[in-house]
Amino acid sequence: MRWVLVGAIVAATTVGEVLQAKGMRRHGEIRDFRPGALGRAIALLARNWMVAASILAMAVSFFAYLALLTVSELSFAVPATAVTYALETLLAKYVLGERVTWLRWAGAGLVIGGVALVSL
Amino acid sequence: MHPESARLRIKSWICAAVVVAGNVGGNYFLKRGMPAQLPDPLAYITVLFRPQVALGVALLIVWLASRMALLSWADLSYVLPVTSVNYVLVALAGRLLLDERISARRWTGIGLIMAGVALVSAATSPQTFARAEQRAGAAGAGR
Repeated sequence: MRWVLVGAIVAATTVGEVLQAKGMRRHGEIRDFRPGALGRAIALLARNWMVAASILAMAVSFFAYLALLTVSELSFAVPATAVTYALETLLAKYVLGERVTWLRWAGAGLVIGGVALVSL
Repeated sequence: MHPESARLRIKSWICAAVVVAGNVGGNYFLKRGMPAQLPDPLAYITVLFRPQVALGVALLIVWLASRMALLSWADLSYVLPVTSVNYVLVALAGRLLLDERISARRWTGIGLIMAGVALVSAATSPQTFARAEQRAGAAGAGR
């Protein structure tokens, strides 16, 4: 059961965050942080299907994570779901077209290892 | 450093700090404000009116919004490692506020995370996709 939940969390988080990055990028850099401008940006983003779908996917991931915490320890849940870092970095390179240099990979690797050690 | 890349780097650091503070603060106040048990569905609504829970939810909204803003200009492969400082802060908060012991293994993990964050935030540029898209001749949709 818990591996099914881990699979659901990893899939939903990865899809959600990649869609969110793609949707936000399509919107373009947010430069104006005054309340009125932020309100207009939110109204625009609500009609951006990628952003809307990403929020839905992240809600699925959140509730699956709560379910996982009821059947397993935090020390299992956190490192098991840290796989998303590696998957998302791969997708950032191949789907989002980011330049993932060896420095980025090294940084992501250090963080994945560190998260596993901190939470195990 | 080119002024435009310096501007983006500083802006990314400030926004990442807001992302991390929203996440750590939000989770902390939610944990402090949540009762041990929620007996019925109505309790899930009324619990939102507790000051600490409301503050926690507000901070998590700040976390989500600032993370989305950060992703509007920064790479996902930059945001992920740089905002993982929150794992370190949660471990340190456990030691400072709850008097938990941090084992040698956890200190090692904290060191690895900080090294990863430092490497990505100081040695790589927050945004690479724009140049890649320009090369491909597919400029992003208008802002």
